[in-house]
Amino acid sequence: MDWGDILFDGVLAALGPAGAAYALSAMGLNLQFGYTGLLNFGHVAFMMAGAYGTAITVDAGGSLWLGVIVGIASGALLGMLLGIPTLRLRADYLAIVTISIGEIMRLFARSGFAEPLTGGVFGIQAFAGEFFDLNPFAPGARYGWGEFVFQGRALFVSLVGWALVGLGVIVTWKLIRSPWGRVVRAVREDEDAVRSLGKNVFFYKLQALMLGGAFGALAGLLLAIEQQNVTPNSFEPRVTFFLYVVVIVGGAGTVIGPVIGSLIFQFLFFFFDSFMGSAQEQGWFDWAGFDATDAAQVKLVLVGAGLMALMAFRPQGIFGSKEEMLVGDT
Amino acid sequence: MIATLALIAFPAASQAEGETIKGTLEKIDGDVREPVAGVTITVELDGEFIASAESNDEGDWEIPVPGAGTYLVRLEVDTLPDGVALTDPDRFELPALSVRENQNKTARFNLGAGLSGGTGSTFNRLVELLVIGLKLGAIIAMASIGLSLIFGVTGLVNFAHGEMVTMGAVIAYFFHLSPLGPGWPLLVAAVPAILLVAVFGWVNEAGLWRPLRRRRVGLIAMLVISIGLSFAVRNVINIMFGGEPKTYGDFAVQQPVEVLGIQTVPKNMFIIVFTVIVLVGVGLFLQRTKMGTAMRAVADNRDLAESSGIDVERVILVTWVVGAGLAGLGGVLQGASETVQWDMGFKLLLLIFAAVVLGGLGTAYGAMVGAFIVGVTVEMSTFWIDANVKNAVALGVLVIMLLVRPQGLLGTRERIG
Amino acid sequence: MATRESPLASVAPEPGVAKPDPILVVEHIRRAFGGLQAVDVGRLEIQRNTITSLIGPNGAGKTTLFNLLTGFDRADDGIWHLNGGPLVGIPAYRVARKGVVRTFQLTRSLARLTVVENVLLAATNQHGESLLGGLFSPWRRTEKANAEKAEELLDRFGLMHMRDEFAGSLSGGQRKLLELARAMMVRPELIMLDEPMAGVNPALTQTLLHHITALRDSGKTVIFIEHDMDVVQEISDWVIVLAQGRLIAEGPPSHIAANDDVIDAYLGRHHGEVP
Repeated sequence: MDWGDILFDGVLAALGPAGAAYALSAMGLNLQFGYTGLLNFGHVAFMMAGAYGTAITVDAGGSLWLGVIVGIASGALLGMLLGIPTLRLRADYLAIVTISIGEIMRLFARSGFAEPLTGGVFGIQAFAGEFFDLNPFAPGARYGWGEFVFQGRALFVSLVGWALVGLGVIVTWKLIRSPWGRVVRAVREDEDAVRSLGKNVFFYKLQALMLGGAFGALAGLLLAIEQQNVTPNSFEPRVTFFLYVVVIVGGAGTVIGPVIGSLIFQFLFFFFDSFMGSAQEQGWFDWAGFDATDAAQVKLVLVGAGLMALMAFRPQGIFGSKEEMLVGDT
Repeated sequence: MIATLALIAFPAASQAEGETIKGTLEKIDGDVREPVAGVTITVELDGEFIASAESNDEGDWEIPVPGAGTYLVRLEVDTLPDGVALTDPDRFELPALSVRENQNKTARFNLGAGLSGGTGSTFNRLVELLVIGLKLGAIIAMASIGLSLIFGVTGLVNFAHGEMVTMGAVIAYFFHLSPLGPGWPLLVAAVPAILLVAVFGWVNEAGLWRPLRRRRVGLIAMLVISIGLSFAVRNVINIMFGGEPKTYGDFAVQQPVEVLGIQTVPKNMFIIVFTVIVLVGVGLFLQRTKMGTAMRAVADNRDLAESSGIDVERVILVTWVVGAGLAGLGGVLQGASETVQWDMGFKLLLLIFAAVVLGGLGTAYGAMVGAFIVGVTVEMSTFWIDANVKNAVALGVLVIMLLVRPQGLLGTRERIG
Repeated sequence: MATRESPLASVAPEPGVAKPDPILVVEHIRRAFGGLQAVDVGRLEIQRNTITSLIGPNGAGKTTLFNLLTGFDRADDGIWHLNGGPLVGIPAYRVARKGVVRTFQLTRSLARLTVVENVLLAATNQHGESLLGGLFSPWRRTEKANAEKAEELLDRFGLMHMRDEFAGSLSGGQRKLLELARAMMVRPELIMLDEPMAGVNPALTQTLLHHITALRDSGKTVIFIEHDMDVVQEISDWVIVLAQGRLIAEGPPSHIAANDDVIDAYLGRHHGEVP
């Protein structure tokens, strides 16, 4: 058991492009769920909209930058399409619709029917050349010191990703402190009270959903660019679950919460993954008849159980205060 | 996806000889087994193409792979000859087949005669699809009643309901075909499956939801918890049952028969008839028995029911047990109808939600009506659109309902917020 | 008791009677729940710049009527106007923007906002409340001005010392005051209060009454649902009585107190029957 390696896997994952993308996506979910109280159980769909929006645009002959705009707009548009029928109703309805759309989009992208557009199961590849042309680091070279080493290409994506996260933090912070943010927080508390003061509650919820969707789309397309690849298999329901854990662990309804949550989650997840892998190889789990796949799946069970425990016992997350706690008596 | 983004360099593939993935393709038609030749199988690793091969005259194929690992194996559906189809068209690939060192792993694809090709006339085809739709509707109805009633009496949309469907199918599989189990016929194995899922429902309510209600946990938190539960249970099932779909020994592939001029398989008719009987039983239970009436009263107006002396907590418990049992039964039926896999319930969830919203969240009869409408609409839509996107039709129905009449066909306006 | 010469002095105390200068006119309005007719009111007019009490036994439909008039519930059937303009089918937030603010029976304080944020929320001129405005417009200027107005209101209601506390930490009576202060920040024309005194200690009641009277004196119209007859007698210009969803009487407080129909409605019997 090389503990150094195992620890390192965790750190690398937390700080790498995946960590940045998760933080970004979680910020979107946090806007919807943490601040506005919207139950989006299909955030992965927004990420997918961003990734495919970008890739399809490039595939159709557009520049990558146009693709990015289309990708982000797709996320916002999806928010609008999902919000219009559901935001005037109970919270459950948005949850139902969003959990469904994720799977529908994935199956659609995968189908032979959509293949001319989405590439079917194979997806779309090699569309982000323009991005990597900007890379100041030599792609193959390795940067860093000691164990802490990034490849040039990954380093570039990470830096861009975390820069976007920083930008997102600033935008979120400005918005939440603004009167817009006050209305949105009030909506989370009591919609009718807000209505009685003349505010169009539906519209605010829609805006939050769309803005959060745009964040999610940006995260999705960042990942797609990093991999130079979009396939339906990358957008499974588990991603939404992970994002919920990220948001809640870091503190729902706080500005930095999603970032911290992402760092913690990614680190623990990959640390645990690496640990389980090594442990299984060393035969620690032979008594249970676990093979490598099973060992990898245990962490998923733990994520699910962890989310449940978190919501039941510590919904304010690691750093949140009880007063500011998300779920009071809603 | 997360694994592929890890920045550790992928460990160099071991140079040991001998890891392969292989299989035999046979078309099973009642008792007749025919090898299927000329079908292409493709193997991928982490999204990258590794190799492909064609099945020979004996239906055999074998693909060497570069080492131990988790591979994706896909049957290229358009290389299937006429008259041969996958028994479950959605399972044309196995996304996570794990191969150990020096292992020659077998991958199974179930092929049958398939009903595509049909019997000619448009009308006949539509009626065939109608029958399939009724069967699907029947299965959805089993699962939906529980979800709708649980919502009605507790206000909770149980996102883990799909897992109870899966559990029914998986437990039945254990008692039926597992080497560790007693090897009973499916109809017998279904009994402990349904009972155990009902017990699971009991545990859910007594061990999780009731204590949470006592602690005054908010609705939103409960919904997130139910999602977490869904995820956890799903993956436990994945670990214990495995990631690959399996079929029951009985009823797996049947010879199509002709009934009133249309082609269908006997199990479809059986499922429809059996389900109708069960639904009638449920209806009688709800209308004629004291507990059933109490359930309807609590679902309708909890405070009123309580003030007229009904023990609401007990009603909730019974609702969970009955709802879970029905879901488990639905799972067995679905498993018999198609295949048993770890996420089969989750896949049905969209259809269940569509059914419940269409019929009206909170009413059992609404769920029944909604289920059949959804089932028929989804299946009949394949006459015009690609079968892979038929579930999108359910989502479409769901959205339209929300726009036009959110309380559903049989629901009341007050529930919708 | 209203001591000034009331424009309602010459109005006959009959249900559905016309008023000299009505701000709100209901031609008819109906709402049923299941098989039960919760509200079934014919003509009803509310005189501008008065304090009108809406009374009636429990379950009479008073809150339902409020909900219907302000768009928080959809009437099965009905026509009603505000200042001559139709109000039917208009969503609640738009009704509020037209100058009709209502409060709730169970106070809806926004617990995780501070007291001053609660009031600031009610401001109607803050461009920073739009998405782009929040990001780009210089909303701080308006915010400062609004904060001054808000603080003045809080001061008037005796809540200034709780300015930066979470509204969730206020006592029941303080929350009622906050809701009133918040409603006033909107600068409404018509204020509809649902049981403003419920759960408030007697000392605070006088303060509240004083504020409500001041509202009328500053040109606003007030309708409030109330159970306490002393309060009704003390500050109302006019009283409307609802029972089982129907308007059974209206008139000045003195008339209502002696009205047989009203007494019977509260005691639950028909006039003329031997108890």
